[in-house]
Amino acid sequence: MTSTGFEQALALGDDALIAAQRMAEWCARAPEIEEDVALANIALDLLGQARALLSYAGELEGLGRGEDELAYLRDEHEFRNVQLVELPNGDFAVTMAKLLFFAVHQQVLYAELAGGDGPLAAIAAKAVKETAYHASHATLWTVRLGDGTAESHRRMQQAIEHVWPYTHELFEGSDRRGAWLARVEPVLADATLTRPQDGWAPTGGRRGVHTEAFGPLLAEMQYVHRAHPGARW
Amino acid sequence: MRRRGPPSRLGREEVTVELSITDEAGPAAFEALIAADAKIEPRDWMPEPYRRNLIRQIAQHAHSEIMGMQPEAHWITRAPSLQRKAVLIAKVQDEAGHGLYLYATAETLGVSRESLLDALHAGRQKYLSFINYPVLTWADVGALAWLTDGAAVVNQVSLCRTSYAPYARALVRICREESFHHRQGFDLLYALSRGTPAQRRMLQAAVDRWWYPALAMFGPPDHLSVHSERSLAWRIKRAGNDELRQRFVDMCVPQAEALGVTLPDPALRWNPERGCHDFTPPDYDELKRVVAGDGPCNRERLAHRRRVHEEGAWVREAAAAHAAKQAARRTPQADARANGAFTGHPAGSSDGHPANTAPGNVGKRADQTDGGGAATGEWADDRGVTVTSEGHAAETAVERTSENGGEGAGGWPLWEVFVRARRGVNHVHAGSLHAADAEMALRNARDLYTRRGEGVSVWVVRSDGVAASSPDEKDVLFDPGNDKPYRHPSFFEVPEGVGNL
Repeated sequence: MTSTGFEQALALGDDALIAAQRMAEWCARAPEIEEDVALANIALDLLGQARALLSYAGELEGLGRGEDELAYLRDEHEFRNVQLVELPNGDFAVTMAKLLFFAVHQQVLYAELAGGDGPLAAIAAKAVKETAYHASHATLWTVRLGDGTAESHRRMQQAIEHVWPYTHELFEGSDRRGAWLARVEPVLADATLTRPQDGWAPTGGRRGVHTEAFGPLLAEMQYVHRAHPGARW
Repeated sequence: MRRRGPPSRLGREEVTVELSITDEAGPAAFEALIAADAKIEPRDWMPEPYRRNLIRQIAQHAHSEIMGMQPEAHWITRAPSLQRKAVLIAKVQDEAGHGLYLYATAETLGVSRESLLDALHAGRQKYLSFINYPVLTWADVGALAWLTDGAAVVNQVSLCRTSYAPYARALVRICREESFHHRQGFDLLYALSRGTPAQRRMLQAAVDRWWYPALAMFGPPDHLSVHSERSLAWRIKRAGNDELRQRFVDMCVPQAEALGVTLPDPALRWNPERGCHDFTPPDYDELKRVVAGDGPCNRERLAHRRRVHEEGAWVREAAAAHAAKQAARRTPQADARANGAFTGHPAGSSDGHPANTAPGNVGKRADQTDGGGAATGEWADDRGVTVTSEGHAAETAVERTSENGGEGAGGWPLWEVFVRARRGVNHVHAGSLHAADAEMALRNARDLYTRRGEGVSVWVVRSDGVAASSPDEKDVLFDPGNDKPYRHPSFFEVPEGVGNL
């Protein structure tokens, strides 16, 4: 395999890992107990994808790094995830906006990858079912909140405005934005939300340039592992 | 005193206003069932104190599951390997699931989840005391699971034979899942025991911290526990606190040896005469203080729970508002969808709009519980804890028929869930849950009742759309069927040598 294959697996693995880490922060904090169960399911799916992708990246790299070495022993600038997934959770509306935009992107991407061959296609074939569920969960909530109370409408509109700029990075070097918009725009319309204007388009995640919120996320995620060099868990 | 009027809701208690009129059959039938070690179903007649006692115990069990998420949840983000992180998320998720099974069980007794959560948030109902101790290191995550989930398994396995059928059914499911919690805790510690000196020190320190909180989970000694005696007589509880605590200690000793840890009790030793271990009991005064609210983390745990509930209010309201809007827009043929979500089966009629959006109608049902005792044998009496007197208002059967079939969780109605385990078999009732609409109910049902691959298809139906026969009509409806033996082939004698009949 080429280094491109490694970079690709690493980027997708990092996206899933950081999205899982953020989603898991909701545990014991969800607006309803049923939703606690649902969000934990989504976090588990994402974490499963991350483990498969990072293990595969490690194999491609051939330096003996496994999922844990890649997750716990890299610094901020070595992570290749998009900035969208590292954004703090905010309120439930922001989390659903992040999930909607990210899951639909994953769904489109994984459907494409599943059509290929090799280990990545197998990982994508499993993940595409999971991401379809995540996208549907986020869709239903976006519509409920957008078309719920005045308060929830206001929060949901604010949430998509906040997250929208970060969606551009998902499509750098790809032509999938059209397919993504074709799925996202009807959801926003159903939710009686105004589709945000394109404009500012922050970027850098794929090159290891992250937001300020990312350092604390990694510090928390990695510190126990790093405090005991070489230990097994 | 046969009930007349509209058919009742599935599983919602429907004893009628005539309850105060002595019904000779009710108490006698109840006593006979208990004596025969048979199960009591929600719509059977039951003595009011039995019902109250059950609500107290089940509510506190449910609260313990929900509050018990907190001590571990804050370690998910720090778990030192991705596999451990996945296991911990799955475990904390199970606790939410167990809480939901148990709230649904309590709701079969005529209380709403909303009112139980109110009672928890107001401090009127308690939860297991160990939850109020801090989880300081990664090893504590394992020690908590090994010891307190181990204690919970001992307690709950015994409780699976409880006399109240919905509680027993929930416990069977919970026990099956809980043994994973116990084992992963041991596995986590076992890895530490094979690790670096620092990991082994962390392990011993955590076991030192969790041993006595785990022992205290079995509650006060039997001779000091008021609820214990009553609960045993009604077969709500099946074994005494002392017996279960002993069983737990005997179970832990060889496991501690395998982990290479010392249990922090110099008096712990095998007693050949008794055939079990002698040990130092937990400090019951400390237990009492922690249950009463003065443990290391009581305040922050409860504050967290209240904050989460308050911060989620706008979301729950939005979902209810959206469901109401959808119902209002709906065309008549789409009504079926509102009332039930099925794969290939039409649902009943009715308007699909939440029948009752006024939470007040559900009432402060939780007030009836006395705040003492905990789900599985915690400090379970009326003395050691703060008890509000408002809780002891006279219970009337009229209240019990309150319209709680619908609302509960912030105006989200209750749904019954039916799961097809595999192709070729019927959908079977699995339990209930709250959801704002049918789509949400289906998804919640999938997450709650099939997360271990238990299903290939799910039905959900609004609880208030289910018509159920009344236990009072049992004889009229079903006895005649017992009286016609000629309907069964075994009625007819087959001459010897004649086959294929």
